[in-house]
Amino acid sequence: MNIVKAENLTYEYIRRDEDGNVEGITTAVDDVSLRVKQGDFVAILGHNGSGKSTLAKHINAILSPTEGTVWVDGKDTRDEEEIWNIRQTAGMVFQNPDNQIIGQVVEEDVGFGPENIGVPTEEIWERVTESLRAVGMYQFRKYSPNKLSGGQKQRVSIAGVLAMHPKCIILDEPTAMLDPNGRKEVIRAVRGLNQVEGVTVILITHYMEEIIHADKVFVMDRGKIAMEGTPREIFSQVEKLKALRLDVPQVTLLAYNLQKKGVPLPDGILTTEEFVKALGL
Amino acid sequence: MLRDITLGQYYQTESVIHRLDPRVKLGGTLVFIISLFLFKNFWGFAVAAVFLGIVIGLSKVPFKFMVRGMKSILFLLLITVGFNLFLTQGTPIFTVWKLSVTWEGLRLALTMAVRLSLLIIGSSVMTLTTTPNNLTDGMERMLRPLKVFKVPVHEVAMMMSIALRFIPILLEETDKIMKAQIARGADFESGNLIRRAKALVPLLVPLFISAFRRANDLAMAMEARCYRGGEGRTKMKPLIYQKRDYLAYVCLAGYLAVSIGVGRLLPLGAVFYTF
Repeated sequence: MNIVKAENLTYEYIRRDEDGNVEGITTAVDDVSLRVKQGDFVAILGHNGSGKSTLAKHINAILSPTEGTVWVDGKDTRDEEEIWNIRQTAGMVFQNPDNQIIGQVVEEDVGFGPENIGVPTEEIWERVTESLRAVGMYQFRKYSPNKLSGGQKQRVSIAGVLAMHPKCIILDEPTAMLDPNGRKEVIRAVRGLNQVEGVTVILITHYMEEIIHADKVFVMDRGKIAMEGTPREIFSQVEKLKALRLDVPQVTLLAYNLQKKGVPLPDGILTTEEFVKALGL
Repeated sequence: MLRDITLGQYYQTESVIHRLDPRVKLGGTLVFIISLFLFKNFWGFAVAAVFLGIVIGLSKVPFKFMVRGMKSILFLLLITVGFNLFLTQGTPIFTVWKLSVTWEGLRLALTMAVRLSLLIIGSSVMTLTTTPNNLTDGMERMLRPLKVFKVPVHEVAMMMSIALRFIPILLEETDKIMKAQIARGADFESGNLIRRAKALVPLLVPLFISAFRRANDLAMAMEARCYRGGEGRTKMKPLIYQKRDYLAYVCLAGYLAVSIGVGRLLPLGAVFYTF
């Protein structure tokens, strides 16, 4: 079953000058069609300005398509009546952890979403406890968000979305502002949600090493889907990725260069372990 | 560091006063302040002081924290006392140059000093024992009836709590921008007041821009989490009156009755006029 379905989605930003006259139109998303299966881990990859964030905002009904349609769990995102149901079904985590935490205490922030959708008090507490446990932040429940590291803050944001019991979580570059440790922390938490809780994950990123565990990868360029496939299929096309200005993981690049020099190696090596094994060491 | 600053002046400890419902504390403070303006003799203030003393004792907050609040108004207090002391007409006690201290002036000055001190200490008891968050919650509940007059009570409370959350973040940002400017030769320390005020402009502009950007992001994040105003919203930590809150209201009523009774009905200035 498809949880997210986009059909010929197009979105145009209208640029205006100081007097409000139309200066030009930028097509951020251009005729994109995609499907995301329930329970999948999907990654959307792309360079800055490739339209990946704009696409993400459509799934959460923050933006409404200029042309085409997006369905989330069978509901059209342009339907005003369903907008809150859609936002509850497809939760969204943003880039800057500081700008999306509302509560002054971790547990209060996680409770913010359930409060908004009118969950009874006792159930809010159950949901908060269970969400904080799922991202491994339960022991910090009484902390002020200001005292947490970036990775911890981002995990709190994820718990905040999780507490609304979404079927699908969209993460819009959740690791862009984090250090390598924080990045690992967040990606581990996200994978846990996908595998243990069975939540559909749509991860938007420009870090290649974060997508190697994805079930499916979409690569976007200038508003269009340029490549589509499993991580292995994507990474075996090193030249094409380079043309799209994306960095291939070091191991994959090394294997690719060795292969070109005649070392017998399979296509699309993703991890160091795999590489070691393929070399027969 | 800046991120460790405590907002307001909340003093963390376990006590009956800390656990009281914020509405009780807000209401209590208001009643206490009003009572201070109703007394006609010194006995009323004595009752108020004893009552405040008991509350402070129960709150387990060291007394020096209460006095700390006094420092900020010391200047105001001195001016008030000075004016009342020298500029009240009446029977003079002694005269210095053209100013004379009168009995009436002395009485008025003392009353004002005692009244202001009790007022400040009384309200610090509230802020010292209640977290800003709790206080906002309490205000939201107490002002709820104003919704009938289209006062956006929930929105104002939400704004206050968001402000409280973002003050440390913006302070940290100010610090960062300041350091970046200093690194490039900006001078925030020397020169007269006008020069220094001018030096703040390149600090404020980026700060405002960033604050607007944050506000925009936050609004989007709140909408993404289904925030749509106070309508149909449940509370994670609802305010529910406990037995101790009702008991506190009874004590408060008792205080009001006794203090007004003593402060207004006892013969005028029983102690005071015996000078």
